[in-house]
Amino acid sequence: MLSTLYAVLFYVATILLVVGTAMKVAKYARTPAPLKIPVHPAPRTKKGVVLRMGREVLFFESLFKSNRWIWVFGFLFHWGMLLVLLRHLRYFTQPVWWWVELIQPFGVYAGFAMVAGLLGLLARRIVVERIRYISSPSDYLMLLLIIGIGVTGLGMKFVLPVDIIAVKAFFLGLMRFQILDLPTDAAVLIHLGLVAILMIIFPISKLIHAPGLFFAPSRTQVDNAREFRHLSAWASQLPPLPEGIPTKEEGK
Amino acid sequence: MAPHDMNTDDAPKVVGDPFKMPKIECGASMDTNTYKAAPEHNEPLGFPGELLDNWQEVAIAKIGELAEKNRAFQVYLDTCVKCGACTDKCHYFLGTGDPKNMPVARQDLLRSVYRRYYTFAGKYFPWLVGARDLTKEVLDEWYTYYHQCSQCRRCSVACPYGIDTAEISMAAREILDSVGVGQKYCNEIIAKLKKTGNNLGLNPKALRATLEDLEEDLEDETGVAVKLPLDVQGADILLITPSADFFAEPHIDGLLGYAKVFHAAGVSWTISSYASEAANFGMFIGSYENMREVSWRIRQAAKDLGVKRIIFGECGHAWRVGYSFLNTLAGPFDFLDQNYPIPQHIMEFTSDAIDDGMLKIDKSKNDEFVMTYHDSCNVARGSSMGRQVGGQFDLPRKVMKAVCNHFHDMERDTIRENTFCCGGGGGLLTDDLMDLRIKGAKPRMTALQQVTADHGVTHMAAICAICKTQFSKVMPKYGYEMDNIMSVHQLVANAVILDGQEED
Repeated sequence: MLSTLYAVLFYVATILLVVGTAMKVAKYARTPAPLKIPVHPAPRTKKGVVLRMGREVLFFESLFKSNRWIWVFGFLFHWGMLLVLLRHLRYFTQPVWWWVELIQPFGVYAGFAMVAGLLGLLARRIVVERIRYISSPSDYLMLLLIIGIGVTGLGMKFVLPVDIIAVKAFFLGLMRFQILDLPTDAAVLIHLGLVAILMIIFPISKLIHAPGLFFAPSRTQVDNAREFRHLSAWASQLPPLPEGIPTKEEGK
Repeated sequence: MAPHDMNTDDAPKVVGDPFKMPKIECGASMDTNTYKAAPEHNEPLGFPGELLDNWQEVAIAKIGELAEKNRAFQVYLDTCVKCGACTDKCHYFLGTGDPKNMPVARQDLLRSVYRRYYTFAGKYFPWLVGARDLTKEVLDEWYTYYHQCSQCRRCSVACPYGIDTAEISMAAREILDSVGVGQKYCNEIIAKLKKTGNNLGLNPKALRATLEDLEEDLEDETGVAVKLPLDVQGADILLITPSADFFAEPHIDGLLGYAKVFHAAGVSWTISSYASEAANFGMFIGSYENMREVSWRIRQAAKDLGVKRIIFGECGHAWRVGYSFLNTLAGPFDFLDQNYPIPQHIMEFTSDAIDDGMLKIDKSKNDEFVMTYHDSCNVARGSSMGRQVGGQFDLPRKVMKAVCNHFHDMERDTIRENTFCCGGGGGLLTDDLMDLRIKGAKPRMTALQQVTADHGVTHMAAICAICKTQFSKVMPKYGYEMDNIMSVHQLVANAVILDGQEED
């Protein structure tokens, strides 16, 4: 019964995550940018833009320059989470890919980095008056949600081990459209429940910043407005304005 | 000259920290409001004269329309994670302490409404994500706080996702205009420009008389007949410069500098009475159509006069429109000489003239000044210059150093891409916002006071008409004289020695 519930939950969550994110990305890609608005100094070539975005995505360059504490916590959290996610590929592959084996030890400890970063971000949200002012309930809840995922995950690894083989079998089963028995330890159920919630809210919340940042014209546009005419489809449909000076104005 | 008299009554007593965090005070600048436009200011721009009866419906629809027409608006509304990196970056927040002047909070004024009507979470769980209905109070709040943003983009540099509050602020003003709530200052000026060709309503006759007076002054000063040509058919270069260059100080001295440089370089040039304005306030109100109409006059004038090149004078937002938008709005410029960038900035021209040895310079003419340079926000973050990335920072400094012996930069985090706005940009250069302008200038003024204390800097130069006007008004509040702000080409004018010039 519980296994079926979680199976349905994960199918639904996966569909919402993939379809929802794809729809958002398609919308961003479809929406025109009527003007060249890169924030300068901006690269003048496509290659330059790739490098600029690379530095933003991999190192959070702008954040590093603008706020060191948020950068430290954000960097720990995101890179920690990346390693943790990659480590989790072992529960979806059989045999486990060699490079996933390789990062296992790092992935495990990255869980601590991730939770530490999240706790730092939460502390800032509570302690710094400016950030408290701009925070909505959802901003706290989202941090708590991911902290919950991290803590239950670490708990299963270090405190109350669960039958991880059975969990893996459950997910391998789902990938073959079979519903096998999921262990019913509270930690497993909470961990997976929170993950499913995270997947569901991803496309309809601020979490969409992950793909969204690749569509920010201020960072992704090439600075070449003088060389190449940039014209959006709707702007090209505007009624033409007169060429030449129509009539001499009054006072002349 | 006592540029930094600490004992002036209303001057800050000690040199402070430009980044000093203010005490947060809700509603601190809630009552600072700019005059609303009358119907005769709104209607020529294609906006309803007064607040529409169904304004709520129209405004909500407009949000949706903008989200479909402008990727930046859509993506910026969706992607903010409220990390807080921008919260201490706005000069108006630093100056007023009003939390709604923190960039993210300013965006949220609109984002909260967008969420309510256009997102799942906002429709069904508004309390969870801070979504709210669009009420008259919200509309009023938009009017107040979107006219406390100078669209300077300093916050965008700080944002990990490049979210640009200027885009949100422009969109908000467009939404306000679309329901009949315009700002008098901007809309009146755009209406005036459509009628007379410049923001001042200066007619061609008056313009010609002004230029002739200036020619006389130049000849008296130098003994050389330096021309300020108007409407000369077949000139090579069309100069597009802010109309403030024709009457305001220190702007005029900059104009004289361009004239001397053109004269020394031996090029033929002209000003147009039809496009006698570089400024384009269509940008401030976020109206693509109005910005396009204003820009179009430049194309018309260039064609009519049969020029080969277009050069912009010292004006910040005009250069953003010129560099980044002109080709889009009024291009293609296939009828101009393709060997030069279209358009060019006067700083690019002067820099090349210096490199080519066309200017005879006596730097000692500026020895009475210890200079620093204020990067104007629209030049710094909205445009570039020259052949290298970052030319908008390097060229003006290079030109200044070529004509002055004493130059010191202000603190690194207050210049170049991190420059602080003068406090009067983005359509806020109006007397009814003077209190805000003085407060918003504080970070820049504090950084200036630092270099005055450390290096004895006496004067600051800028290449933006708005910056110059703003500083000449607010510098006296910070212990300087109103003429401690200069045009970069004023310094050039001082130092250039023309052939045949009578030396004193």
